Amino acid sequence: MRRDQHPIKLYLVVWGWLFVLSTCSYLVDYFGFQGYLRWTLILLFMVLKAGLIVAVFMHMAWERLALIYAILLPPVAVLVFLAIMMFESDYTLLTRMVFLGGGP
Amino acid sequence: MADHALTDTGAAIARPPGWRGVAADWSSDQRAFKNVSWGKAMMWIFLLSDTFIFSCFLLSYMTVRMSTTEPWPNPSEVFALNFGGKDIPLILIAIMTFVLISSSGTMAMAVNYGYRRDRAKTAILMLVTAAFGATFVSMQAFEWTKLITEGVRPWGNPWGAAQFGSAFFMITGFHGTHVTIGVIFLIIIARKVWRGDFDVERRGFFTSRKGRYEIVEITGLYWHFVDLVWVFIFALFYLW
Repeated sequence: MRRDQHPIKLYLVVWGWLFVLSTCSYLVDYFGFQGYLRWTLILLFMVLKAGLIVAVFMHMAWERLALIYAILLPPVAVLVFLAIMMFESDYTLLTRMVFLGGGP
Repeated sequence: MADHALTDTGAAIARPPGWRGVAADWSSDQRAFKNVSWGKAMMWIFLLSDTFIFSCFLLSYMTVRMSTTEPWPNPSEVFALNFGGKDIPLILIAIMTFVLISSSGTMAMAVNYGYRRDRAKTAILMLVTAAFGATFVSMQAFEWTKLITEGVRPWGNPWGAAQFGSAFFMITGFHGTHVTIGVIFLIIIARKVWRGDFDVERRGFFTSRKGRYEIVEITGLYWHFVDLVWVFIFALFYLW
């Protein structure tokens, strides 16, 4: 599909959805949900919003597959980094509690 | 001066679907992205590198927050504003989020009108986007001022872990810088659109090359990326 053929309505609908999802994530904080429910909802709304922005607003959904993979695959390495740093910070916290006392 | 590179090969080259098509695009001595212009491909690659920068900031924030023995200040209370004698949690941040999303909406429409070669609508929508962006930066300046007067510093704050301040100033400061650069970028391109540079194929003052309406989309990519980063900052820093 050529870009000048997208109806403006498509963007208005996505805009509306982004408003709804943002309101939902704000309400998570407003109503003070805690624990796994809070994390799940926050991450869910975050991923949905990011997906809408990248796919529709940034036109990734209509790009060539070679470009999509070249741009969207490398950030997966961040998840590996994330896992490494979670181990690292747990270890740091443990040593701080053992040698300095205190705790969260 | 002649245009050096062919920026658009026209029709998309047919490839088998799925991974075979990707392999066919990348193999042998050829342009990997085919009908994707170099300008757009390079903006995407820049955004990819920027993704890693913001990822590093957010990961270091996660690391200091997970490893500190001090309690982390509650963002819901720190960023609350008092309206009519009642503290409303995170309200300024929520408004900033809506402002930035609205700017993304107007930007997406500007790109669409750009490809329809509707000069006036494109320029106006880009300027509206820039205005939303400037509003966002002003609100962020207000938020910084409020926190600084309350005693938040990169090396400490009244409520708990000292790392809160350094993570806050680093992440939101870097994001605010991106928004500011985006606003400048938008105003420059909107002026070119308004003047009709892309209709009369006027050459740019720096590169002496003819511009095309595609630059509106490339500017848009940068702008949507700024909004995208805010989605992650909002979720991971303010809501977590």
